[in-house]
Amino acid sequence: MSGILTRTVALGVKSLLLHKLRSLLTTLGVLFGVSSVIAMLAIGEGASAEAQEQIKQLGSQNVILRSVKPPDDAASSQESRLVVYGLTHNDFSRITDTYPWVEHAVPVRVLQQEVRFDERVMHPRVLATEASYELATGRMMHEGRFLSATDVASVANVCVLGYEVARNLMPLSSPLGQRIKIGNEYFTVVGTMLPRVPLGDDVPLPGADVTGEVLIPLSTGARWFGEMQVKIRAGSREMEEVELHEIIVHVDKAENVERTAAACREMLTRNHEQHDYEVIVPLELLARAEETKRIFNIVLGSIAGISLLVGGIGIMNVMLATVTERTREIGIRRALGAKQHHIVFQFLVETVVLSVGGGLAGIILGVAIPIGVEYFADMRTIVQPSAPLLAFGISVSIGLLFGLYPAWRAAQMDPVEALRHE
Amino acid sequence: MESKNPVVAELDGIGRIYQMGSTEVRALDGIDVSFRAGEYWAIMGSSGSGKSTLLNILGCIDRPTFGNYTVNGYNVNDLDDDDLSQLRGRELGFIFQSFNLIPQLNMLENILVPVFYQDNPRPDARERAFMLAERLGLADRLDHRPVELSGGQQQRVAIARALINDPPILLADEATGNLDTQTTGEILELFDELHAEGKTILLVTHEHEVGAHAERTMYLRDGLIDRIEENES
Repeated sequence: MSGILTRTVALGVKSLLLHKLRSLLTTLGVLFGVSSVIAMLAIGEGASAEAQEQIKQLGSQNVILRSVKPPDDAASSQESRLVVYGLTHNDFSRITDTYPWVEHAVPVRVLQQEVRFDERVMHPRVLATEASYELATGRMMHEGRFLSATDVASVANVCVLGYEVARNLMPLSSPLGQRIKIGNEYFTVVGTMLPRVPLGDDVPLPGADVTGEVLIPLSTGARWFGEMQVKIRAGSREMEEVELHEIIVHVDKAENVERTAAACREMLTRNHEQHDYEVIVPLELLARAEETKRIFNIVLGSIAGISLLVGGIGIMNVMLATVTERTREIGIRRALGAKQHHIVFQFLVETVVLSVGGGLAGIILGVAIPIGVEYFADMRTIVQPSAPLLAFGISVSIGLLFGLYPAWRAAQMDPVEALRHE
Repeated sequence: MESKNPVVAELDGIGRIYQMGSTEVRALDGIDVSFRAGEYWAIMGSSGSGKSTLLNILGCIDRPTFGNYTVNGYNVNDLDDDDLSQLRGRELGFIFQSFNLIPQLNMLENILVPVFYQDNPRPDARERAFMLAERLGLADRLDHRPVELSGGQQQRVAIARALINDPPILLADEATGNLDTQTTGEILELFDELHAEGKTILLVTHEHEVGAHAERTMYLRDGLIDRIEENES
């Protein structure tokens, strides 16, 4: 039986090579179908993996409250004005006092300060926060230690550098124990953190500065930099007063995330006159991202299905023409002892060879496209090992499915009629 | 002289009716004849006499509308399509007017086609193909495609193909119709040799010189046997 199979495949290849251009054009349909499936899956997979990673970095057990500047009103025409908005220390203490399942609530202030070391100057996000920031965000230390409760209590001039900041300020030596200047004050570096994504591919969160972060104790920040920030814009000076920019609420288990978010929303609505905050629930975002991915996959599957269907119809079309063209050959083979199933098998093998050839070329192209996209468009792509297998299986099935009818037609021919065919 | 060899093919009241729209065409209308092993027959008749239909039925690519046809003991009416296909490849060798080689195959592959479809192919088929090619003067042409050969060479390949499964009966349908006089002579000589070796040969032709090579000639007219003549040899 295996001898017959190899010989039939060899015969099929030989017959297809008689019409090289036609066979090539026929396989193109399957080729592009298969390669687009693999490439689109890889790009989609890469994009959603990236989105999910970013969301996970926010912490799946966290609810993040953020201050949002309310939209400008008519008063903004004034030359200089003071805008007061955002989360307050009262909000913070309400959260810590009220909900027993909140493990940590971490206050964060974002300061616009220049960071200097020798002649190097950077403008990273300077975050004033507490020791629990490390636990709530799951950030890992690279060297040294994180801010401690003692640092906060003693209003110490210490800081922890993000990986990027450390690398840029002190590329050659360990920053531990060095003194850097933040604003007009000197701070001692007690630790550096690992980047968020391992292997240095630090993707910033929305609103985060690409150069990274510097963390100082909340109390120290309040002491030296106050709560007022001056922003100079074209022709006007604007002062903002924000007590807390962010409160990271870390709950004990994921089931409590939702009710915490609801409670926080309710509490903030009650205590704030204007909508100057937002509540970010990473878990909800994650669920939404997964839903998006699911829809994306359905759309993708439909597009792929249609293109493969078109490819399959192309194959069937060509095979029907081939069968008509080779009517005489079918008659000869029948006269020489071929059974109907031999004829079916012969033409089926030809279609499968066509579609598998297209499928294999499509897999190569489909794996090459994501590599190219990654290289030129700097997008992340993931080729799941199952994708080429799936595509290959589909192309074989297409060959079988769309080859069956032409092959059956060939086998049904009356040998006498077929022999008479010119 | 009556040969006493066993009957290899027997037609018993064979008829073949084609339905052409509303009219019936009785291409064969009751043929009774027996072919014994080793006999060499010519089948002649004007066009429309039914000789092509007869050959199709003898070759088992068509079935009679009525009557019984028995090949080497098998009544074709008892066989299904698969069995009939096996029987064609095993008991019968076809030689066509237009050679009917498969264009994408080389000579050797063409010769081996009937082996491919046998349920129990002979294990020495390749050696046999080389032997037949040698005998038919094709040994140096085996890797050529049909288009690269002359008509005479193509017909020799077709004969080798008809002989590959060593069937007892050879069916030749105007086998020399597309050949020049010299090649026709060579092919007919080959048939004489095969006849001398004991093959049963049934040769359809409309040329009397060709028919004269056979031992006897059957004349068909309007789907019936008109007469059977013994040929001088």
